[in-house]
Amino acid sequence: MSKPTEIAGRMTSQEKVAASLKRRYWAERRFRAYGLAAVMIGVLFVVLLFGTIIQKGHTAFEQAYIQLDVAYPADDIDVADIASADFQAPIRAALRARFPAVTERAELRKLYALVSTAAPTTLQKRVEHEHALIGKHERLWLLAGSKTDMVMKGQVDLTLPEADRAADDQELGWIGALRATGDIRTRFNPQFFLSGDSREPEQAGVLGALVGTFLTLLVTLILSFPIGVAAAVYLEEFARRSRLTDLIEVNINNLAAVPSIVFGLLGLAMFIQFFGMPRSAPLVGGLVLSLMTLPTIIIASRSALKAVPPSIREAALGMGASKVQTVTHHVLPLALPGMLTGAIIGMARALGESAPLLMIGMVAFIVDVPKGFADPSTVLPVQIFLWATSPERAFVERTSGAIIVLLAFLLLMNAIAVVLRSRFERRW
Amino acid sequence: MSTSVATPNEAVRAAGSRGGVSVSAAADQSLPGGFIDTTTVGQVTVADPVMGARKVNVHYGAKHAIKDVSIDVARNAVIAFIGPSGCGKSTFLRCLNRMNDTIEGAKVEGLITLDGQDIYDKRQDVVQLRARVGMVFQKPNPFPKSIYENVAYGPRIHGLAATKADLDEVVQTSLQKAGLWEEVKDRLDHPGTGLSGGQQQRLCIARAIAVDPEVILMDEPCSALDPIATAKIEDLIDELRQNYAIVIVTHNMQQAARVSQRTAYFHLGDLIEVGATEQVFTNPRHKLTEDYITGRFG
Repeated sequence: MSKPTEIAGRMTSQEKVAASLKRRYWAERRFRAYGLAAVMIGVLFVVLLFGTIIQKGHTAFEQAYIQLDVAYPADDIDVADIASADFQAPIRAALRARFPAVTERAELRKLYALVSTAAPTTLQKRVEHEHALIGKHERLWLLAGSKTDMVMKGQVDLTLPEADRAADDQELGWIGALRATGDIRTRFNPQFFLSGDSREPEQAGVLGALVGTFLTLLVTLILSFPIGVAAAVYLEEFARRSRLTDLIEVNINNLAAVPSIVFGLLGLAMFIQFFGMPRSAPLVGGLVLSLMTLPTIIIASRSALKAVPPSIREAALGMGASKVQTVTHHVLPLALPGMLTGAIIGMARALGESAPLLMIGMVAFIVDVPKGFADPSTVLPVQIFLWATSPERAFVERTSGAIIVLLAFLLLMNAIAVVLRSRFERRW
Repeated sequence: MSTSVATPNEAVRAAGSRGGVSVSAAADQSLPGGFIDTTTVGQVTVADPVMGARKVNVHYGAKHAIKDVSIDVARNAVIAFIGPSGCGKSTFLRCLNRMNDTIEGAKVEGLITLDGQDIYDKRQDVVQLRARVGMVFQKPNPFPKSIYENVAYGPRIHGLAATKADLDEVVQTSLQKAGLWEEVKDRLDHPGTGLSGGQQQRLCIARAIAVDPEVILMDEPCSALDPIATAKIEDLIDELRQNYAIVIVTHNMQQAARVSQRTAYFHLGDLIEVGATEQVFTNPRHKLTEDYITGRFG
């Protein structure tokens, strides 16, 4: 008992402080190092994620095109009935003319596959647009088939033996010959942004999913933001604390943690089976995502309202403003930036959601771009899921390309939120 | 709180001593058993009061915050509420324009009148009441809007100004009355929150008088201000007395002595003594008042 006191007694307080300093500084350095390491690991993963996605996906924005000298024979094309004309024949003829050595049926089929099955449509559109072309011929860039495209983008491993390779020696020979004369090249692929889904990878685009996402999120925003804000304002500003409001509060907090697929099942049972709404429609998708987003928006809006200093409410009430005037004139403008942040967090979550939408049929293969809220459509995350599970190798880059589009959409939404927030932010 | 009061256990109201309005000159109100008689002493009533309170009790849940308080507020005069922290003076002030309505669990009993009419009556509209009984708070709380908008807000929501010119005039006269016009006339579109603390508080006063109330309640209006800003507000209060009845809560006894004509001393929810300011400060009739103003506790 007396010994430690004696030892300690030999050191003055200042000496004890000095002795503890080193330990304290060391602890501080260690703590900072942990923090820095955590941040660096986070940054590393973000860089890795973006790096792989962009590296894999950027090629989806390009596509191989083959230049062929195609003829529009006047005998086969009737000006009055262009749609019924066979536009495949001129392309095949052009290919045969280009490679006259190929005569065998199986080889010919491989040769024809160099060009996409979408190419005849290109010809048809040319003629519909310009009747004068009938009876003439022109050099035209046509969409290449997916195999050609992969070879051009270096996605076919040429070191493999021929039997294991996606393209055989003969196909590589044709592509090499076209390349030698400059009749094949890759260029920016507007079709990726301008067309819907397709079974042919080279024709598949994200527009359908993009429009579907936009319509779905629009429904979600229109429903969940006003309802969420109204619910938050009522609970925070008007409702008296009672057992009922406590129960509601607990339920809202619990709903925020419910797995999203449960909301999908709820939507299936309620909106589709009970109310008979159309399947795969952005309207139903938006309704389901609203259910999922509402708790997030309510919770964020309530904390934004709580953050408004009570002195502002007192000032307004003391002036004789009614409760509603106090809320709409003073409290809401101050809480709006926080509410918007909450809404954007909720919308970002809704944007990336696929599970509940699978439940309501938005996973269907839909080629047409939706024109309205009741049209069948899909959304970007589900499109990514669909492409990721497709067997064709060429869908790999489409998948990553769609992920890039999804991330760009997300960044755009966040940017809009930042702009809106700074506009509504209390300027003093 | 210091325990240098005559009773070791804090003064507890003696049962059965609720006399309501009474005048007593006794210097020592000690009762047997260490109790202190907290019956109000002094002049509670005035002739032609603008506001009157009779037997007002306030409960916050289980807490009995205001006990049987009766007092009148005279026209064109300043009445100061003083007392130690937690004595209920702010609570009572907030009863006068029903600001306690916004606090959950607060229950107000008794009668409070404005020009003879019960302000807690069912037919009394609380919005209209607050237009007649304005309030200035402890911390300057201008709206995060321009100086002009701060003052124009009240007249606008109450529809007091028909035209823009009317509104401009109301804003100007209110700012002039609050002694702020000369300082801000060139920057009415600047944010009210960008002013200094004292200017902000005068802006709040201008905002309150813009709706032309009968009574202005001030809850420790100078506690967040420096002495110079405080002096300006005190001068302003003295001027405003010409047109309004003012009720001011303050911790600063010198301030109470400087600005008020009547002073009321609150202690643990009881109104202990009320009278002419000079009399209360120079010749208190109640032992608790004397202890407080001589600095023995509080």
